[in-house]
Amino acid sequence: MTNLTDLTVAEIRDGFRAGDFSAREVAEGFNANVAAAKALNAFIVETPEKALAAADAADAAKAAGETPGALSGVPIGMKDLFCTEGVQTTAASHMLEGFVPTYESTVSGKLWAAGAGMLGKLNLDQFAMGSSNETSYFGNVISPWKRGGGDNAALAPGGSSGGSSSAISARLCPAATGTDTGGSIRQPAAFTGISGIKPTYGRCSRWGIVAFASSLDQAGPMARTVRDNALLLEVMAGFDPKDSTSLDLAVPQWEAGLSSNLTGKTVGIPKEYRPDGLNAEIAALWDQGIAWLKDAGANVVEVSLPHTKYALPTYYIIAPAEASSNLARYDGVRYGQRDLPDGAGLQDMYAATRAAGFGPEVKRRIMIGTYVLSAGFYDAYYTQAQKVRALISRDFDRAFEQCDLLLTPTAPSAAFTLGEKQADPLAMYLNDVFTVPASLAGLPAMSVPGGLDSQGLPLGLQIIGKALDEQTVLNAGLAIEERAGFVARPDKWW
Amino acid sequence: MSIDLQTVKKIASLSRISVTDAEAQAMVPELNNILGWVEQLGEVDVTGIEPMTAVIPNIQRLRVDAVTDGNVRDKVLANAPQAEHGFFAVPKVIE
Repeated sequence: MTNLTDLTVAEIRDGFRAGDFSAREVAEGFNANVAAAKALNAFIVETPEKALAAADAADAAKAAGETPGALSGVPIGMKDLFCTEGVQTTAASHMLEGFVPTYESTVSGKLWAAGAGMLGKLNLDQFAMGSSNETSYFGNVISPWKRGGGDNAALAPGGSSGGSSSAISARLCPAATGTDTGGSIRQPAAFTGISGIKPTYGRCSRWGIVAFASSLDQAGPMARTVRDNALLLEVMAGFDPKDSTSLDLAVPQWEAGLSSNLTGKTVGIPKEYRPDGLNAEIAALWDQGIAWLKDAGANVVEVSLPHTKYALPTYYIIAPAEASSNLARYDGVRYGQRDLPDGAGLQDMYAATRAAGFGPEVKRRIMIGTYVLSAGFYDAYYTQAQKVRALISRDFDRAFEQCDLLLTPTAPSAAFTLGEKQADPLAMYLNDVFTVPASLAGLPAMSVPGGLDSQGLPLGLQIIGKALDEQTVLNAGLAIEERAGFVARPDKWW
Repeated sequence: MSIDLQTVKKIASLSRISVTDAEAQAMVPELNNILGWVEQLGEVDVTGIEPMTAVIPNIQRLRVDAVTDGNVRDKVLANAPQAEHGFFAVPKVIE
């Protein structure tokens, strides 16, 4: 019999509808995998009872002859950055340990309303700040992947959505939510051999998602196939009056629109993404990706995004600036931790609470943000960064006069070992060099697995599209997926 | 621009994060590293460029000035570290 936990979201959905298996069987299978994978530390809270309740509701509705929801019978993982009513939501911080929301985020609410069930809350970098899932208060997430040749080193699952990527590639869930501020869906997807899409800024409501950098944060799906990403994004996207930056646009039928025929499409290859010293295996995979898209019927042209080298420094002004403002809310008064030293006044309580509640990377970013926004430095740092951001966005506009989508590597390397980049924050930041520019411009971007490197680790290719053109991004992703034939999966050691 | 121990302590204070001397000392090279790196933005010619205010053009919506929420005091207070008599409680702020 088919192992139900090896199925994709679309296969689970269709098999449930056809009566090949019950929703409860699926939920029980994934619950068992979650319970047996403590070594990965992918979940902060496990909610097997929620997965079973949703499954039983789906089975009962089916027995009663009701029309199934878009995700009836499908259990998923929820990144612990989405507020879930009645279930602890921590953003992987000590600050929010024990915080139990009294409301549901818009995106998670849409998924439950479509029939999905929750397997648990997935670990992440603290407040989504990190690229390796080593900043979580609840411990590192471990990638299920190992280098070949008996190398037993624990590898990073990427970040910040590292619990999501680890859990999906280990078959603890068929799909999960992620959020992406500078690459937090795409880079972990690349590191673990799965797919993930960050839609156009404004497609998914940010309401009820713990805020990091509001002009950059976007929710999106992570799963093993492009089709699964398309169908999940259809459920997650849509106008929400509770988010002032939500786009009031109809949600396209991305799954029905999937086509890997790229005839008539032009793919741009940005020359600035091929710096001297680019990893040779990454460069070779990129060339292979170009050949695959040509094979799918696309034309390929070289384009230039001249301000690319300034994207990371721009991001590391804007994101910390917004974070320092957003995280001012953690004051020990309304929710979360409070640290009240004997005899302390209100100001001392704030400072003690925030010293105890935030991890080192979060403090670092709050302080950088506070500095660049402070009197006398605001124009030199923040205003300048917003101007450079406008130039980065203009680079994309000009490139898209010549092409319909861009193809690049997702990350400059395969997964690194845990601890390898912890000593040097700057080295860690450089991991997001290929993902940050599209975030600054608010563009849809996706990572799909392209192959394995010589050490047996997955490498991803990134597709960047025009604003609101997720369909072309997904279609190019599908064209690569069909040609890459990526079926590798980690050997179970956990 | 290079920042010193005094500046780090000032930023920590503005950020409402208490730091020990040792912590502040450790942050001096860290923050200088990062700030030194972002300063390369100063070399970009931004003549005539307006700072970006919206990544995707969007209409700022107005909503009807009507009550759409309320009567959820207990929910609002549910996660407070300390709530008393239907209020958030804080240490005494006036003598």
